[in-house]
Amino acid sequence: MKLHEYQAKGIFEKSGISIPNGQLITEANQASEAVQSINGPPWVIKAQIHAGGRGKAGGVKVENDPAKVVTAAESILGKPLMTKQAGPDGAVVHQLLIEEGIDIEREFYLSMVIDRATASPTMIFSQAGGMEIEEVAATSPELILKEHVDPAVGWMPFQARNFIYKLDPALSPDTARGLMSVMASVYKLFLANDCSLVEINPLVITGEGRVVAVDAKITIDDNALFRQKELLELDDPREKDPLELMAENYNLNYIRLDGNIGAMVNGAGLAMATMDVIKLAGAEPANFLDVGGGASEEMIMRGFEIILKDSRVKAILINIFGGILRCDVLARGVLAAAKKTSISVPLIVRLEGTNVEEGRAILKDSDLEFLVAKDLAEAAELVAKQVS
Amino acid sequence: MSILVDENTRVVVQGITGREGTFHTKQKLDYGTTVTAGVTPGKGVQKIEGVPVFNTVQEAVEKEGVNTSCIFVPPPFAGDAVIDAASGGLGVIVCITEGIPVLDMVKVARFLEGKNLVLIGPNCPGIISPDKTKVGIMPGPIHRPGDMAVISRSGTLTYEVVDQLTRAGFGQSTCIGIGGDPIVGTTFIDLLKRFKVDPETRGVVLIGEIGGTAEEEAAEYIEREFDKPVIAFIAGQTAPPGRRMGHAGAIISGGQGKAEDKIKALQAAGITVAVNLSTLGNTALDVMGKI
Repeated sequence: MKLHEYQAKGIFEKSGISIPNGQLITEANQASEAVQSINGPPWVIKAQIHAGGRGKAGGVKVENDPAKVVTAAESILGKPLMTKQAGPDGAVVHQLLIEEGIDIEREFYLSMVIDRATASPTMIFSQAGGMEIEEVAATSPELILKEHVDPAVGWMPFQARNFIYKLDPALSPDTARGLMSVMASVYKLFLANDCSLVEINPLVITGEGRVVAVDAKITIDDNALFRQKELLELDDPREKDPLELMAENYNLNYIRLDGNIGAMVNGAGLAMATMDVIKLAGAEPANFLDVGGGASEEMIMRGFEIILKDSRVKAILINIFGGILRCDVLARGVLAAAKKTSISVPLIVRLEGTNVEEGRAILKDSDLEFLVAKDLAEAAELVAKQVS
Repeated sequence: MSILVDENTRVVVQGITGREGTFHTKQKLDYGTTVTAGVTPGKGVQKIEGVPVFNTVQEAVEKEGVNTSCIFVPPPFAGDAVIDAASGGLGVIVCITEGIPVLDMVKVARFLEGKNLVLIGPNCPGIISPDKTKVGIMPGPIHRPGDMAVISRSGTLTYEVVDQLTRAGFGQSTCIGIGGDPIVGTTFIDLLKRFKVDPETRGVVLIGEIGGTAEEEAAEYIEREFDKPVIAFIAGQTAPPGRRMGHAGAIISGGQGKAEDKIKALQAAGITVAVNLSTLGNTALDVMGKI
């Protein structure tokens, strides 16, 4: 689960990390009042959306004139921001964060993630603050410093010293203390909130030597939300595709893509591989849908309904390898969905595994029109024919 | 031969009284797996499918001499269950549970470090040595005993691959799903090392997916020291970056974990990659037939 910048900054503030003074607004006419209560000029206007790349898309503005802050708010609020991560329709901006401008002396990059190879929380620190870290990693990897945390002892001060003095042996003691304190706080809040990512880019040292988190990104581990009930309230459903939201409510793994072949598959790996097969056959998948290893008839029905709701879908491929999910359950779910919604696009069905004969018989004896594929290769061929 | 599990495997099912635990205990028994104990705290005075249930792993070890665990415990308690099994001295622990918080797995991984045991999973279908034993949830009938090993990060995708292998005439020595989470107990390399010295295994099918760099690391190891033929497949060539594709670990992030890069690394190491899943069985025939 992704948090908005202002939500992440709220967590930072509670954890003792300094952030710029700011105010969240949802209407452009709140901007002038916000400006009066925040130090400036300059003021910074920041679109609150989950998709990255908002700066380049015009979602972050710096203004010196209060009137221009209002104009900027009007031009961003309520409109889609076309960032490269937001998809073809862009991401509509519902909230703006207005902040005091910070006098930047130096900028750093600081983040914490789980390193898969060492199975440990890992802090990443770089002097290349304010830049895209992927770019830094590609062009000058020597600027990226890493410290793995041993979970038995936690984040240790020596690790912060490793970072700081590698960077600048002559850093002032005050600044060093400030950075060390932020690092310790980041580790603490990473654990306390079950984060999978905490990122501060840039982490700034101001003209007066204060250490301030000018930006904030936090992602929470979805698997830990059962014990992070308070964070659950920070979820913003407006950030999600309506069909994805619907799928989430039915416990289905569904991701909308750009193509026109709807796909329903059991299991995440097989669902991904099926998308790939569709693409290799010369077509484009409209979605990723994993109904799960042990889906019920109800879940199959809901999944099928979601695919049918997607108006771009020109053909549907059902690829099920029955294990725990039995093919007869799948067949009944598809029929239940077909009863509710008429199917106007070609349907290709490939069934294999547990109770496959019963599943095929149930479909065959119904009045549903569909094409049978005997294996994955044939399924791909049939799909390609539908759209060629 | 086979690796990790065989006729001598005596299984305890942790979480045996839950819906999945009970269902798969019966499936395992039907397959011929020796399931001699179950564990569910607070419910240790009953039998499930004729299998005695205990309150603790310790008790199951003492009374039934189990050496392998299969865990169906719900996510909030699964980390504890793995450490319980490890402390009980079990040599092989298979954790089927999907949805364990990653920070719980950080602790588990730290606890298991240096201990002489193998954790498979979590979020995995388990292990099967066909016609000997099944410690997992895969459909038994698609497997045949033979000389191909299968290692995979996925569940149903593995069934698809095994089915194609069986139809192409290849039986399997041992098939293992290592799990779809970012942190898993056993890596491709850990298992390749075991298959390397298993005389019955003639070749390996390696099934990876987007996310992390486990496939790249495996490719490096294979090029350096693995002398049996390997056939690979990577799922997620069309997956968009930044999105979690069902599995917690299946995500391209920070430019890392792309299928394209994994395929390139494997090919550069001299490994045959089936780019299209539907041709995997034939690819296996091509590669193994030549030998």
